Amino acid sequence: MSTPDRTGVLYGLLAEFDDATELVAAVRKVRDAGYLKWDVHTPFPVHGMDDAMGIKGTQLPFFVLAGGLTGFALALLMQWWMNAVDYPFVISGKPLFGLPANIPVIFELTVLFSAFATFFGMWGLNGMPRLYHPLLTNERFRRATSDRFFIVIEAQDPRFDLPQTKQFLGSLGSGFVEEVHESAED
Amino acid sequence: MAHSQAPKLADTKTTLGSLGPRIYMVAGGVGLVALAASVALGLAKADGLRHFGFSYLVSYAYFLGISLGALVFVALQHVTRSSWSVVIRRLPELMAANLVVLALLALPILLNLSHIYAWASGHVPAEQAALLAHKAPYLNKTFFTIRWVVYFVAWIWLAFYFWRKSLRQDETGEVKLTKQMENLSGFALVVFALTCSFAGMDLLMTLDFAWFSTMFGVYYFATGFVTFCAVLTLVTLALQSTGRLENIVSGEHLHDYGKLMFAFTFFWAYIAFSQYMLYWYANIPEETVWYLVRSQNGWGRVGVILIFFTWLAPFLGLISRFAKRSRKLLAVWAVWIVIAQWVNVYWLAMPVFSPDRVRLDLLDVTCFVGIGGIWLATLALLAGNRSLVPTQDPRLRDSLNFENA
Repeated sequence: MSTPDRTGVLYGLLAEFDDATELVAAVRKVRDAGYLKWDVHTPFPVHGMDDAMGIKGTQLPFFVLAGGLTGFALALLMQWWMNAVDYPFVISGKPLFGLPANIPVIFELTVLFSAFATFFGMWGLNGMPRLYHPLLTNERFRRATSDRFFIVIEAQDPRFDLPQTKQFLGSLGSGFVEEVHESAED
Repeated sequence: MAHSQAPKLADTKTTLGSLGPRIYMVAGGVGLVALAASVALGLAKADGLRHFGFSYLVSYAYFLGISLGALVFVALQHVTRSSWSVVIRRLPELMAANLVVLALLALPILLNLSHIYAWASGHVPAEQAALLAHKAPYLNKTFFTIRWVVYFVAWIWLAFYFWRKSLRQDETGEVKLTKQMENLSGFALVVFALTCSFAGMDLLMTLDFAWFSTMFGVYYFATGFVTFCAVLTLVTLALQSTGRLENIVSGEHLHDYGKLMFAFTFFWAYIAFSQYMLYWYANIPEETVWYLVRSQNGWGRVGVILIFFTWLAPFLGLISRFAKRSRKLLAVWAVWIVIAQWVNVYWLAMPVFSPDRVRLDLLDVTCFVGIGGIWLATLALLAGNRSLVPTQDPRLRDSLNFENA
């Protein structure tokens, strides 16, 4: 890798807002303008944000369902193979393959695999793990964890046009619109 | 502001109004007629009201479970300082206060102990006599009656404490009333856990007095609580269909109803299976006898139906977010659970009366309609024309704005 360019490739535009009400109004306009690759950063969860952003329901439940069914099937097959096929051994007169005895393990593995699917599915959907993000170098953006609200529109968005998008964000009532570059250092 | 479209109480009807008297006239009338019919049918059997006693016991234990579920729900909301449930909390407060009428409805059982319970009848098989003598200090009519007086004093005191304080807050708006309710709620849960467990054991488990189970108290609680969640859903949806509580009880609150029904359906199955598995494993006769009676002569089929009907179907049916947020599907599953849990209680008690075959009798229906009708009538009577929402609760605003993450 070469040494980081001080300007770097343009990542996107950052627009700062002072409060949640202004933000939600602006977010609705960004959504209606048809942008696709963009995000909002707030110091606390803002009610109705998903709706304002037009975010569709998550696919995560289907990952969890698949994980749960996998755990269920794996536990059942494992116990059947171990107890009834590979090492048949009669314990306290119970059948080699007795469902009541297997249910606790089935239950636990179903829960475990569902939890794995939830956790790692969430990672996958959020593009994690990600050790670096262009926004983290931005001084102003640090206030996203205390008292400022931000909209970021990425340069990769098909509708992105630097001067036009900059003007658009400015028209939404943002007090400050700034370019964010990949690997840029202020 | 994001909350600018927050619903207001003024937007909707929050009292029963003329609907109240209609409910208690109709439900009360039907209930009384059904109870009278039950007694007549019971007398016609000429078995000393034994059949009547069992049919009555099933539906009594069922409705008692609903009101007890409501009581623990109210206490739980206070102990966790919940805000989501404030807008609907008056409904469980009323269902818990309804324990008053359940105290009266306990009389047919308390007066008929010797025809329902073998331990009270004086006729037990010779091989069980020594065991009964051992348990006699607990299992005798006097102490049984004393315990039921104690249970009801505790329950009615707690239920009225929460209900009356909440009503007073409607008028005064004092925040300190909320503090007082929160302060009592932890203690209330302890009292509830003990009394509900012992009541469940007294009412249903002592039908097989020779049997042992440390799981039964929780089993009874699980049955009552999931039924309560379903009844709360149905009452809310019914009120909304008449234009009451509309808008203020939103899809977000209904989503939580769905979650409760889903979770406690599984909780019930978890408890039921935990009890079963340990006895299946150990295979000791004095423990397995309970399941032996309930797996023969058709009762086993009822048990298998329970697995699919009471657990698997609502579990799969309510698993998706879509189902939990759909009014129609919620109503369908709530009705389903209400029926399925009644079958569950039926399966707990009836095999003792009729071990040789499953016999669903008209008495079972009339007792259900009788106790249910009176329960509903007194619920409307207690509600009166007062607000169905705790109007001055400090967390009401949060509750109206509530959204699932």
